[in-house]
Amino acid sequence: MIQIMLSRWRQGHRTLPYPKELPPLPPRLRGLPRVGKGACPPDCRGCAEACPTQAIEAGPEGPRFDLGRCLFCLDCTGICPKGALHFSPDHRLATRTREDLLLKGDEELRHAEALEGEPLSIFRDSLKLRVVSAGGCNGCEVDTNVLGTLAWDLGRFGIQFVASPRHADGMLLCGPVTANMELAVRKTYDAIPDPKLVIAIGACAISGGPYRHQEEQLGGTSSVVPVDLFVPGCPPHPLTILDGLLRLQDKVRD
Amino acid sequence: MSQRRFTPLRNGQAMPLARLEELDIDAFRDEILQSVKEGQRLACLCATPDLRVFAVLAEDQGDRLWVGQTRLQEPCFPSITPQCPQAHLFEREMAEQFGIVPAGHPWLKPVRYHRSWGTRDAWGRTEAPVPGVTDFFQVGGDEVHEVSVGPVHAGVIEPGHFRFQCHGETVFHLEIALGYQHRGIERALIGGPHPLSLKHAETASGDSTIAHAWAYCRNLEGLAGVTVPPRSEWVRGVALELERAANHTGDLGAMAGDVGFLPTSSYCGRIRGDWLNLSAAVCGSRLGRDWLKPGGLRQDLEPELARELSPRLAQAWYDTNDALELLWGASSVLNRFEAAGLLDPEQARDIGLVGVAARACGIRRDSRVDHPFGPYGEHPVTISLAERGRVLSRGWVRWKELQESRRFLAEALDALADLPVDAKPAPLPALMPDALCISLVEGWRGEVLHLAITDGKGCFARYKIVDPSFHNWFGLALALRGEQISDFPLINKSFNLSYCGHDL
Repeated sequence: MIQIMLSRWRQGHRTLPYPKELPPLPPRLRGLPRVGKGACPPDCRGCAEACPTQAIEAGPEGPRFDLGRCLFCLDCTGICPKGALHFSPDHRLATRTREDLLLKGDEELRHAEALEGEPLSIFRDSLKLRVVSAGGCNGCEVDTNVLGTLAWDLGRFGIQFVASPRHADGMLLCGPVTANMELAVRKTYDAIPDPKLVIAIGACAISGGPYRHQEEQLGGTSSVVPVDLFVPGCPPHPLTILDGLLRLQDKVRD
Repeated sequence: MSQRRFTPLRNGQAMPLARLEELDIDAFRDEILQSVKEGQRLACLCATPDLRVFAVLAEDQGDRLWVGQTRLQEPCFPSITPQCPQAHLFEREMAEQFGIVPAGHPWLKPVRYHRSWGTRDAWGRTEAPVPGVTDFFQVGGDEVHEVSVGPVHAGVIEPGHFRFQCHGETVFHLEIALGYQHRGIERALIGGPHPLSLKHAETASGDSTIAHAWAYCRNLEGLAGVTVPPRSEWVRGVALELERAANHTGDLGAMAGDVGFLPTSSYCGRIRGDWLNLSAAVCGSRLGRDWLKPGGLRQDLEPELARELSPRLAQAWYDTNDALELLWGASSVLNRFEAAGLLDPEQARDIGLVGVAARACGIRRDSRVDHPFGPYGEHPVTISLAERGRVLSRGWVRWKELQESRRFLAEALDALADLPVDAKPAPLPALMPDALCISLVEGWRGEVLHLAITDGKGCFARYKIVDPSFHNWFGLALALRGEQISDFPLINKSFNLSYCGHDL
């Protein structure tokens, strides 16, 4: 017993003070991609051609990104002849619509807006989520699971992962929805009582991610059920996921 | 054995296919059966669309791999599983992918429930079957009952379907049906390397990003005849050991949680993140995405950064050590760990178990030691063993390996602080055509094997990935026999296998 108490003293209290303060993020974190206005040489298509998931469309006014397809890899930045493209450390990437994930390199991202009316009053202080892993690589799952540790302490926001869809207010989905998981995803969704939310975590769950050309998967959550929150990344940093969840609950605003 | 008809090869070495003798199926089978009888291990058995079958035997004490091939005249051959259980899942995989029937296989069932790559699978189906629908083993009797779980589980876990045949609380048999995570990685790799190929390797099992990325890079480097500079190899070793430290810490915490020992469970959940954040400090990704690339590194660990990481490593280790000393000092924990999850070492050997689970049965098997790659030749690690094949043994092996990883990491960071960075790797030259390369990397779960076979243009004619989980899921099923069903979460956690690594 004394050892447990001594260890408790040594380990200390280390729950992150977020959202009051931003926790330290790695300087090399790849957040929102940015390109300065007018930085691109005319007719340059380097980044668009280098992107392995076709997440960049070259245009006369510079590249347009689809954050839902982006793997946040370095294939585009390495190729840019002007070094104009970079990933900023901005972790706030979640949006309420798929269209909001399409933006130019100098445009502001329209961050996810809070729920409104009855859903907000129901889910603001208590949001129980059923997590369904539907293909993918388990990367988004492990960085979602992290939110339950004492470092992030998700429970203090009233958010909890539950063991039955009957106990849930919504479904948090990872993976591209493999053909083999389609039925399970539909059944889980149907088993959740109304009103309900669907949260798509990571490039796979938004667009099929690195598997988007594979016929073994369906191309993301929206192909099966309607989505209320999109969280890009491969995988998203835990803070990116938490930022999205707290915006829904109106606990983080710009 | 007097005369070997398989061809010897080292880990990461490329070889023209012409050097492989094309054996008839009988000689091919005999060679495998005889070698396994003599203590070798069937590390890989796979087919290609043109009905060639390749086998990789690992001679772990001799740092050698033996490769053999046969060409089937018809999609059928006598199964070797009855004499060599290690082949059981490989043969089922060939039946599903290419419709090759292993005649006499004792439990020929689908592995991943997908459509055949050719016209039909071994059951004559042209379309994908419904996942999880198969002839499950059933135990009969008045008081016998079946517990069925999944595919969706109660936590933040990957999908899989489990059938327990129980008598009261006691499990007679557990059958595991997977395939829900199947997203077609091996099929996607054919014709590569494509722009997405490295991503597909990295995401074969996301918690083993470095192990799979490294195995992929080594195959390309072998086939292109490129040598990676020693400093970059050191950095790759750091990446792999950080991955190991993070996952072992997380696993021990999760095992503590499953026996209700909350202090260690709580601390380790957080400390696992501290280890992951060390990886993120180098490459921006907690899981090590975009750290490695063929030829070397995509992002370097510069001398200044190595100096900065040293005190953070010391702190992460101090916290890990503190949390785990607590665990090993708790008699209630040891009691539960000692009583659960026995896997007989003989059975473990028969089914070709690898990694932590094998070493926990006293089987000396670690590709960092047996088939050294990267920095592990010059900077060896000590193999960590336990004897009794229980939950305690699997926990204890992780604990010993954590100590060894920390020693390796401290040594590597010290060395990297004084070594100038290597030049950025140049794009690789073309890959050797009509060749084969095999790469083994010891990930935190165990042996990750990648086998690349190129066509006449130097593109992948076949790319086979064997995650350690592919060998080990059956070990979990065996470890459940005679145990209480309520101990399943604990025993499962002590293996902590990958669904996506199995399903690909």
